[in-house]
Order: sequence, then structure tokens, then C-alpha cells
Amino acid sequence: MPHPNLNYLRSEILPTIWCPGCGCGQILNCLIYAIRDLEIDMNKIVTIGGVGCMSRAPAYLNTDAIHGIHGRALAFATGIKLANPELTVIILMGDGGCAAIGGNHLIHAARRNLDVTVIVNNNGNYGMTGGQVAPTTPIGGTTTTTPWGNVERPFDLCKLVEAAGGTFISRWTTAHPTQLINAIKKGIKHKGFSFIEVVAPCPTHFGRYVLNLREPVENLRWLREHSVTKREAEKMSEEELRDKIIVGDFVEKRLPTLEERYLELEKKVRSKS
Amino acid sequence: MYKNDEDDSRFQFMLGNHAIAEGAIFAGCRFFAGYPITPASEIAERMAERLPEVGGRFIQMEDELGSIYAIIGASLAGKKAMTATASAGFNYMQEGIGFAVATETPIVIVDVMRLRGAEQATHADIMQVRWGASGDHEMIVLAPSSVQELFDYTIEAFNLSEKYRNPVILVSEMTLSLMREKIRIPSKDEVHIINRKRPTVSPDEFLPFKAGEDEVPPMARFGDGYRVFYTINPHDERGMITGDLEIYDKLYRRITNKIRRAIDDIVKYESYYLEDSDIAVIAYGSEARSALEAVRRARDRGIKAGLLKLITVWPFHENLIRKVSEQVKKIIVPEMNIGKYVNEVRRASECMAEVISLPLNKGRMHSAEEILRKIKEVV
Repeated sequence: MPHPNLNYLRSEILPTIWCPGCGCGQILNCLIYAIRDLEIDMNKIVTIGGVGCMSRAPAYLNTDAIHGIHGRALAFATGIKLANPELTVIILMGDGGCAAIGGNHLIHAARRNLDVTVIVNNNGNYGMTGGQVAPTTPIGGTTTTTPWGNVERPFDLCKLVEAAGGTFISRWTTAHPTQLINAIKKGIKHKGFSFIEVVAPCPTHFGRYVLNLREPVENLRWLREHSVTKREAEKMSEEELRDKIIVGDFVEKRLPTLEERYLELEKKVRSKS
Repeated sequence: MYKNDEDDSRFQFMLGNHAIAEGAIFAGCRFFAGYPITPASEIAERMAERLPEVGGRFIQMEDELGSIYAIIGASLAGKKAMTATASAGFNYMQEGIGFAVATETPIVIVDVMRLRGAEQATHADIMQVRWGASGDHEMIVLAPSSVQELFDYTIEAFNLSEKYRNPVILVSEMTLSLMREKIRIPSKDEVHIINRKRPTVSPDEFLPFKAGEDEVPPMARFGDGYRVFYTINPHDERGMITGDLEIYDKLYRRITNKIRRAIDDIVKYESYYLEDSDIAVIAYGSEARSALEAVRRARDRGIKAGLLKLITVWPFHENLIRKVSEQVKKIIVPEMNIGKYVNEVRRASECMAEVISLPLNKGRMHSAEEILRKIKEVV
């Protein structure tokens, strides 16, 4: 019997491009479980990816989709949601597209409270292009463009989006599939800018060169062992938290979305003219 | 505030940039995204005011990259969409233009050309609008010469974009965009409005990048159930990414050929006194205004001069230029730049006529007298 999730995929183009042990497939799988549980009409979903490993996911998920421009997913999404607010827009991207080349669109989409769900695979480096340093690589990390170690501080993506105005913000790892599925479900249901950071393994590059862990299972174990809940984190010192991933749902608040405010404005204008 | 009347035509004294905005709304544009820049900002300002009145949506994005991708997103969701910028901002839009070419997304981009780093009129970017985006493409570029033409050819830009599923660029100039002239707004039933073809088959049978004889595939809207995957990567008729370079070659032959084969439908021009001319002036944009006056004055002096006024500057109509070259001895090409488009004219003329460049790169158009002087000099 075929796997029930196959119905959600363009199965004719499988297998995926992803390396063994990559977090992208796990994240896509969690998204499919979330869509299944929420029983969303697949005809009304638009998924958007940029360029990179995670951004290839919209090719596999059987929905209307955009792919191929690095970092601009949220700009596309802004046009789509204003043109047709009824659509469910889900953005799948990597940490490079999200926080480097697309950083400006990220903070402005969050500020506007655009009603979309952003799922970011944070694997700490640029996987597709050969493991270069990213804005999320830890200090000291050895990558192909930091052969002597990284001298830059990494972003805390969740804090960045919170400061910019995101209204649902959550972080999990691929070692927490159940929690991740729940967070994606909350994110999709949430009216407003939903941001879910998924810390995920890249055994091919980050695992191998930054963590010195080559096996996919070792990478997953590392993620679980280095994760602490936000409650646990409250009791820990900065030094103890240095190599930890704080997981949990951080922000959940209902504020008017860009689309709601615009439709209200439109009603006001049209009643006058 | 100007209100569009449903039935009858009317006359207006209108700013060039406002005429672009009104032309867009007339054509059915219901989405605009932009970023402020002189001398294009009045287009965004007018759209911000007008779109909510007609059920459209306006957004000022965080940059020009945001603007181009927002209009592509809106177009894929089914709206006619436009952005407007000036040369410096147009630079940022090149990758987006490439994406619209690859995914065959209808969009209209207004580029009010200005000098690099200065707010003065120019034709400096006449080659950039054709070649700016990386990769293979044909580009449709219209260069109006008056406020009336800004209105009329903005409508034409939308029609061509919808018909051929290609980005269309309308180039204006500082002077045209910021001057006021009397224009006639036509009545609704006077103007033919074109909307993109929709799929006529069920989602199961639909191949989003398979075209019929006109080489333009029908286009589904996001949310219609067709589940189309739009990618800039080489893709097959299903839209799926492929590494097969035979398919890549075939895709871009179709994407470029759908424009080339329709060149007679796309290219708009006007000719004045060319039938018996020895000298032709070939001009576009505001230069065509001075050129027409210069040609008339030359005729008054018994010089057999004529004008080919190009409104569509790209695709380049080689046969049209060749025909003029066969007929005249000399061709003068006045331009507000260092002399760029003249090289295309020279190439197409195949040495049948002597092609003379008349460049002026000082932020203003030639006067009729300056063009006339050149005509008299070469006659």
C-alpha cells in the first residue's frame, strides 16, 4: 500500500535531491502531517521557496508553487496575499534565503503582519552551494568560506522576527517531529505572520565540518542533546546556553493582518466614492 | 480628484505620470507595488489613491526587488499588475524580469529613464531595457512621446503583456513624465482590452507550459485547482525542473519565438513623408517630437526628409529598418544619450544607407533646429 502522504506529493518527480540524513525531507513530512490534520484544501495552498535545499520543497508538494529566486519568497507572498487573501501561503526556505539575501523582506513582512506561514530550515550553513558560512553559523565554525573559523556572531532568528513584529514565533528541531507538526499547525491556523524556525541537520557539510559528526543519526542525537525548552533555559546561565538550542513556542498574539487592514481601508474608500 | 467616467470620453489636462496610472487602471490593472524614486513617484502616488476606489490593491514595498516580485506574485494570483521606477531602481529588477520571462508571467514595468545619479531626461538605458536581465529573452519595450501616448501605450503595454505572457516595459523620460498636456480619455467601448487566456481543460489534462500554434500557453490562476509549479529553472511542459538541455533549448526557442513571430502585431510606429524621402530621421520617445518638427521645416526648404517614429523600440523590427534603408540615402538617429540605438539601426541597414548618429547627452532633448541643422549638413 502506498504511503498516505504520497497523495500530497508530486510523486512522479521523486526521489528528492536531498542528501541522506538531510533535515529538508523531515520538515516537508511534518508539513504534510500538519496539512493532513488541518484538512486544508490543497487547491487553495500556495507554497513558495527561493533557492537552496529547503527551497526545493515546493517542487515536491503538490500545490500551486513558486521556486527559484533566492531570498524573495516573502515579496512574492506579499503580492499573492494582497491579490487573493483567501489563499493559504506557506513559505519554505533556508537560513541563507531567510536571514541573509532575504532579510529585508523578512523583517518587513513581519512588521506588516502578513498572514503567511514561514518555515525556515536553519542548518547553520549554505548546503546546496557547498557548505559556506551563513548568518546562523556559530562563532568559530569551520566552513568552506571560514576555513580558519567563523568570526561573526550568528542571528537569533526568532528574536529578530519578534522584534520586527511577527505574531506567531516558534523554534523546534527535526529531533522534535511531534512538537514541530503542532507548531506548523498552530502557525497555519494563526492569522498573521507565523514564523517557525526548524534547526535541522546538514550531515554533508555542517555536521561534518562544524560538529565533526558524519553520521545522520549522530547529527540528530546532537540536536536532541543540545536542545533545551524555554522553561529550562530561563534557569540557565549565558555560558550554559552558549551551544544550546532553545525550543518552544515563543510568541502567539492576535493582531490585525495587512490584508485585514487593507480590506477595511478599501471599504472606507469605496463608501466615500 | 479625477473620476473615470463609465461611458463617454473626455478631455483632461494631465501630468505624464498620472496618465500612466490612469492608463493602467483603464487597462484593468488592479495591483501596484513600488518604491519611491524621482521622477517616477507620482505614478505610485496616483495608484495609491486610485486603486482602493476600484477594488485594487497598492503597496509600497521595502525596495525595488520587493516591488517586482510582489507584482509577479499578484499576477500569478490573477491580477493585472504593474510597478514603476526610474533607472537606478530599474537596475534592481533585472532578476525579477528574468523570472517573469521564464515563468511567462504578464507584468508591466514603467522605467522613467533618468541620468545616472541625476534627475535629468535621458535615453541612456535604451539598451538596458532590452538586455538587462540575464538569460535568453525577447523584450517588448514601448517608448511614448507625449502624455496622450503615455496613457494609450500603457493600455497597450498591458494588452501585449497579457496576450504574449511576457514582461512589457514602458519607458518614459523625466520631461514626459513631469509635464502636463491635454489628453483625451477614450470611452470604455472604444478600446480593446486583452485578458490572458485561461485553461479550457481539466487540471488532470493541463500542461501549463504546453502552447498551441501561437506558442503562448494558457495560464491558470493560483487557487484555481491547477496546481502549477512556477520556476526560473529549466522546466518541461508540466513545469517540472529538468536537467535535459534539449528541453531547455526548446523552451527558450518557444519563449523568444512567441514574440518574434508576432513582431508585426507588436511593433507600433508612425511614418511621416517617407514615401519620397532622401533622408530619414529615425527617432523614439520625446526626440520624435523635435524630429517631426525638423522634418517639416526641412520640407519647407525643399529638402526631401521624412520621419520614422518608433513607438515600440523592442523587439527591433529589422525588416522595417531595412525597408527604409533601401529607400533613402541617409538616416539620422537623434538620441538623448551617447549614441546607442543607432548601432541597431546601422546593423539592420546593412550599409544600404549611411547611418548618422546625432547624440545629445546633456539631460535634454534636441531642439527641432538642432536636428534640422544636421539634416541640412548631410543633405
